[in-house]
Amino acid sequence: METTIRYLLLVAAAVLISFTSRPAAAADAAKGKSAFEKNGCWQCHGYSGQGGAAGKTLAPKPMPYEAFSVFVRNSKGPMPPYPKQILSDTDLADIHAYLVSIPAPKDYKSIPLLNQ
Amino acid sequence: MARKDRRRFLTGVLATGAATAVAPAIGQSESEEKPQRPSALPPTTQVAALETQTPGEMAESRIGGVPGSDFMVDVIKTLNIKYCPANCASSYRGIHESLIDYGGNKMPEFLTCMHEESAVAMGHGYFKIAGKPLLTLCHGTVGLQHATMAIYNAWCDRVPVIVIGGNDLDAAHRPPGVPTFHSAQDIGAMVRDYTKWDDTPVSLQHFAQSMVRAYKIAMTPPYGPVLISLDAGLQQEVIKQHGNEKLYIPKYVPTSPPQGDSGAVKEAARLLAAADNPVIVADKAARTPNGIKLLVQLAELLQARVIDQGSRVNFPKTHYLSTGATAVSSADVIIGLELSDFWNTVNSWTDNGENGVGENHSRIKPGTKLISISAAELLTKSNFQDFQRFQAVDISMAGDAEATLPALIEAVRAAIPNARKDAIAQRGQAARKAHAEQEARAKQAATLGWDASPISTARMVMETYNAVKGLDWSIVSQSGNVSGWQNRLWPLTEHHHWIGRSGGFGVGYGAPASVGAALANRDAGRISVNIQSDGDLMYAPGVLWTAAKHKIPQLAVMHNNRGYHQEVMHVQRMANFRNRKSNYGGDMGPVGTRIENPDIEYHKLAESMGWWAKGPIKDPAQLAPALREAVKVVQSGTPALLNIWTQPR
Repeated sequence: METTIRYLLLVAAAVLISFTSRPAAAADAAKGKSAFEKNGCWQCHGYSGQGGAAGKTLAPKPMPYEAFSVFVRNSKGPMPPYPKQILSDTDLADIHAYLVSIPAPKDYKSIPLLNQ
Repeated sequence: MARKDRRRFLTGVLATGAATAVAPAIGQSESEEKPQRPSALPPTTQVAALETQTPGEMAESRIGGVPGSDFMVDVIKTLNIKYCPANCASSYRGIHESLIDYGGNKMPEFLTCMHEESAVAMGHGYFKIAGKPLLTLCHGTVGLQHATMAIYNAWCDRVPVIVIGGNDLDAAHRPPGVPTFHSAQDIGAMVRDYTKWDDTPVSLQHFAQSMVRAYKIAMTPPYGPVLISLDAGLQQEVIKQHGNEKLYIPKYVPTSPPQGDSGAVKEAARLLAAADNPVIVADKAARTPNGIKLLVQLAELLQARVIDQGSRVNFPKTHYLSTGATAVSSADVIIGLELSDFWNTVNSWTDNGENGVGENHSRIKPGTKLISISAAELLTKSNFQDFQRFQAVDISMAGDAEATLPALIEAVRAAIPNARKDAIAQRGQAARKAHAEQEARAKQAATLGWDASPISTARMVMETYNAVKGLDWSIVSQSGNVSGWQNRLWPLTEHHHWIGRSGGFGVGYGAPASVGAALANRDAGRISVNIQSDGDLMYAPGVLWTAAKHKIPQLAVMHNNRGYHQEVMHVQRMANFRNRKSNYGGDMGPVGTRIENPDIEYHKLAESMGWWAKGPIKDPAQLAPALREAVKVVQSGTPALLNIWTQPR
């Protein structure tokens, strides 16, 4: 229940913030890859946003930019929040664009090593 | 009396023909399968000769008799300890010489180590595979100080390691200078908070009793490390009469492990049998291969899902009842078997609350009944906090889980009413479906970043599995910090398939524990696979030389992510809470958390110590051929290391 309420609050906040933050459409995936590494996102989420023991999977198909932005700025989960002083709106939008650009992986059934 | 005079006096005792030494037969096994034998064992040829030869014959050596440390070796040999990994030190020179010369360097065989922490961790890893403890010797002060972290890991992991620390007690006669810097009144004080028992024998007979007692205590669940402080003078004295008694070696008889109270077992069975969704959580439950079989019996009887927290292989990962940590959320009865941290099993803590303070959350439904069986309750000390947060439970049994399981299984069988059997069977069907879905999810997750460089941890782990899957393999690393891929995707079913965690999470355990475990696997004809973290290896890389020196093969795949990734986020978190941009200092992470600029060439490090090695490997396509080559090297008896540049986790 607590999680659900938090999620709804995040979504509501996302709607508000979407009117004020940089449009994701103007973001640059190449710059986003650099920002993803420069700001240490890869340390928990992996260079491809694949996630692991330390961080959630971010890509492919990341959450919509608005929700993503609200989460990064206000996280109450294991990831600490990243305020603008640490991660700019521009970098955040570019990072999202990078995550959007990551292609879907193969089906595991097509990889012999995962079918032993 | 000056030491020289004291020795003359002791020689005189021998020369008078007083009943001197007696005792032990070298290398006799006292295993539990063997029938009871008298507590005083017959003398060795050498010791018996003391009683029959003339004084002239006995006085051939400069010391004028048989050194006490020879008798100590006789005592040790009755305990069937196979190896003695140790770093040499003057305070145990007497027993060192006796082990290799009088004892023939067998049972135990001395293994040259380059750090006491490595020696103890080797014993730790060896036990996780072989189920038998090793002995290690160390300087009682500086050597024991080196050994302490490894002893603490063994304590937290409930693993027996027998440590003998040399110490020259006699301040009037010990050498001045360095040896006196290396002496102490009470070396046991350094480790008393995290050993089960320690003693300082003052006579050879005292040593015999204490050594057998130490072994017995270490090997009684809950297992744990023990320490004997061994006086240098006692090692070097000649054997003399002990009062009116002849020296003897007490027979070692294993102590039966403690079992849960029979009434509590019945009550636990009643709750489990009546539960709609019982969940079993096991951490250090399966002490032996039989523990796995017992847990499978209990789980199948109840069709209850099992969360294996992984300090041991407790439950086959391939079994349809094997599940993940979140299964507690839907349970109405949870039974915890030898849990290191029951609180954290049913609660969570998030390091992200208001003002930077962590927040607690429950993981379970209100009213969920909790049952605990743990031998650790029989051995709790105050100072170090390995007992974790207090968790109130409904039924608490202070007993060994594996020893209690047979009674619990029978009690559950008797408690299940016929009317519930269909519902229980349906629970099993649902579990089969959930397990299949869980496996598919894990495999699909492994595909993310599959072709990336640096190499994904999932790719590295599965390429490695592909290289050894046809062999009798054993994973001899605690986890390697690779997001648990080996636990999620390798078919871990046997006790020896994985050594589990370190217990105390002291970094530097991984490499030496892997060598100890590989030693046990070598003797069993298995191939050892070590997913080796970079930071861990650099604490005491000299253990690589020990492996090469003593021909202990293993396949080490370096998880070289070039950083202390466990620590990265701690610093980042503090910076974020304080609205400060973390200082990376030109590296890829906060200052102090990266191992780069320059990059360590682990393959060259290993090569310099007698290993076959290759690297750095950054392209996943290069991994399979390198692994094939390395496996062939390992099968020839040489340790091999691949330096692989990897993703962080």
